[in-house]
Amino acid sequence: MSRITRRDFVKTSAGLAAGAALGKGLLIGEAHAADLSYKPEKGAKLRVLRWKRFVQGDEEQWLANTRKFTEKTGIEVRVDSEGWEDVRPKAAVAANVGSGPDVIIGWFDDPHQYPDKLHDLSELANYLGKKYGGWYDVCRTFGTRDGKWIALPLGVIGNLFCYRQSHARAAGFETFPADLSGFLKLCQGLKAKGTPAGLALGHAVGDGNDWVHWLVWSHGGKLVDEKGNVAINSPETIAALEYSRELYATFIPGTLSWQDPHNNKAFLDGQVSLTNNGISIYYACKNSQDPKLREMAADVGHGAWPVGPVGRRTEFMQVTQAMLFKYSKYPNAAKEYLRFMWEREQFDPWMQASIGYVTGPLKDQEKSTIWTADPKHTPYRDVAKGLLDNGYAYKLGAASAAAMADCILIDMVAAAASGSKTPKEAAAEAEKRAQRYYKI
Amino acid sequence: MTSAARLLDRIQNSRDILGVLFLLPAAALLLVFLTYPLGLGGWLGFTDTTIGRPGVFIGTDNFVSLARDSVFWLSVWNTFLYTAIASVLKFGLGLWLALLLNRNIAFKSLLRAVILLPWIVPTVLSAIAFWWIYDSQFSVISWTLTRLGLIDHYIDFLGQPNLARGSVIAANVWRGIPFVAISLLAGLQTISPSLYEAAMLDGARSWQRFRHITYPLLTPIVAVVMTFSVIFTFTDFQLIYVITRGGPLNATHLMATLAFQRAIPGGQLAEGAAIAGAMIPFLLAAILFSYFGLQRRAWQQGGTDA
Repeated sequence: MSRITRRDFVKTSAGLAAGAALGKGLLIGEAHAADLSYKPEKGAKLRVLRWKRFVQGDEEQWLANTRKFTEKTGIEVRVDSEGWEDVRPKAAVAANVGSGPDVIIGWFDDPHQYPDKLHDLSELANYLGKKYGGWYDVCRTFGTRDGKWIALPLGVIGNLFCYRQSHARAAGFETFPADLSGFLKLCQGLKAKGTPAGLALGHAVGDGNDWVHWLVWSHGGKLVDEKGNVAINSPETIAALEYSRELYATFIPGTLSWQDPHNNKAFLDGQVSLTNNGISIYYACKNSQDPKLREMAADVGHGAWPVGPVGRRTEFMQVTQAMLFKYSKYPNAAKEYLRFMWEREQFDPWMQASIGYVTGPLKDQEKSTIWTADPKHTPYRDVAKGLLDNGYAYKLGAASAAAMADCILIDMVAAAASGSKTPKEAAAEAEKRAQRYYKI
Repeated sequence: MTSAARLLDRIQNSRDILGVLFLLPAAALLLVFLTYPLGLGGWLGFTDTTIGRPGVFIGTDNFVSLARDSVFWLSVWNTFLYTAIASVLKFGLGLWLALLLNRNIAFKSLLRAVILLPWIVPTVLSAIAFWWIYDSQFSVISWTLTRLGLIDHYIDFLGQPNLARGSVIAANVWRGIPFVAISLLAGLQTISPSLYEAAMLDGARSWQRFRHITYPLLTPIVAVVMTFSVIFTFTDFQLIYVITRGGPLNATHLMATLAFQRAIPGGQLAEGAAIAGAMIPFLLAAILFSYFGLQRRAWQQGGTDA
């Protein structure tokens, strides 16, 4: 143990005093942003359903925050969790039968499938937006319908390229390429060196959708235009599919069967050197008992999605949000719970505990120290800035949910990339399939 | 005697009324838990219900739309292929296993118990095991074969459409054999040994004994077992959902998995119900076939096969 000298003591105390002063200043500052709170109903009890943690710390901190809420308000809160893909069906059933958990933390366009079963959260969302620097555009798109907030975005599950820096260097890339041709060259170089890339092309709801949406959008393709007409069969899409063929040629064999967990396993085993994923790969290395994996952690780099001919970031990632159902007997208690959990005092420790897996939906959350605690976290700080929603370029709703659940884009890219269909045939089939949901 | 008492007396002594009364609880259970959900599912298929919006009757629009959907037809084709191949294999291998188990072998009871294991293990668990066995990077089969020097690259079990179909069928067969084998074994044990003795005295060879004694006497059991087996296979969901999710390129999507995918994650309840509804005629046909095709009552009751 190091001994504390008198000098150190003075320094620390000064720091503490300064911190206290700063804290006070902040408190005063916040008090100006008209505080909001809801008066919970008498005898209120809440049930919350959320997705099962991807990282241990997330759940522990979420429950700790919830306990804090219970201690403060006396409201009992039961938090259940389900595998992330199982929340959607549960939420759908709850919406349909009109009973279930008061609050469900779901995914993507869930709230847009049953907007009239959800409480208006505009007041709360506007309050949080004003207080914490505003919502990211994509969070606003996912959370609002016709100008009304129907859900409270919780964050984005950041998804970037995870790659082996030493292998990229061997392939001639010191930094991660920022454009599509550079990215293709990197993958070709990796393949030539026997350290290939691999991106999921099976029905992988997370990683698969993330990269195929980026692929199509970055070339200027889109499933539907601004008026809701199916527009996937376009020269831009064909160009994206031609590109996917060249890219697929550089992949490790077997990606057509890949679901969400496959790329993590293959990367950690050293079989692929580049894939798209959350921060979990890095953490699996960093926290591993295996010295080889710990060594690999230093070599894992995080690369942003290259920008295509459209000239701007066009990415897609999993957005998660909380919904408050109208059947809840204690809407005010639920709103108060949500407010409490989203306030910085609770939200920041939770984001810290989630070790960069979840990127907050509010712009001020960029300032969290989690993003600078480890330089490898930093790229995940900025994920929400370049996102589009899966309803793009039209609006979110039943059709966008149905089209994505039917894996129309994944199948199109998989068919064209693997050569089982020509890009033209694949685009034409996707057009037909999409028209079934976006009725003409 | 008052008229009320007389009425009560009549009810208590009427077999018809009492019969109806005693049947009521069972009938109510069936109505609430079988007829109503089935009816509702059928009805949903004729509406445009989505999650969160009650639908209106739209006639056969869902079916017309499905008829023009290539993925739906692919799933129908897949379902038939899956059911046909898996059922035949399960029957053949199951019967063979039953015949072997019916002999006097050492550790008979233990073996019979072990055989049931694949059937007892929860489907999801065995599906996860197969998911690893077929993994494109970590498959134990590929690993063994490469170590033996038989192949030089890993087999892409679930990445190529036909190979993927074969792989999921193999998983289904593995899982379904015990049910067929044990049920047929039960049937075999009801056949009187004296019939075999008589046949032996007449000089019948083992194939003739099987063809003229075992098989005919086993047909009623076969009819029941295969009816169940076909239904289980036709409506399989868990294996596919865990192993492939219908991929690659929808090559392993069955009607059941497609119905779920569209109804719940996709929110199109009505369309999902329509796909599920479309399974009913096929199922009925399969049941009728195995019932009337395999169950030769006339022969067993001493008549002749027409």
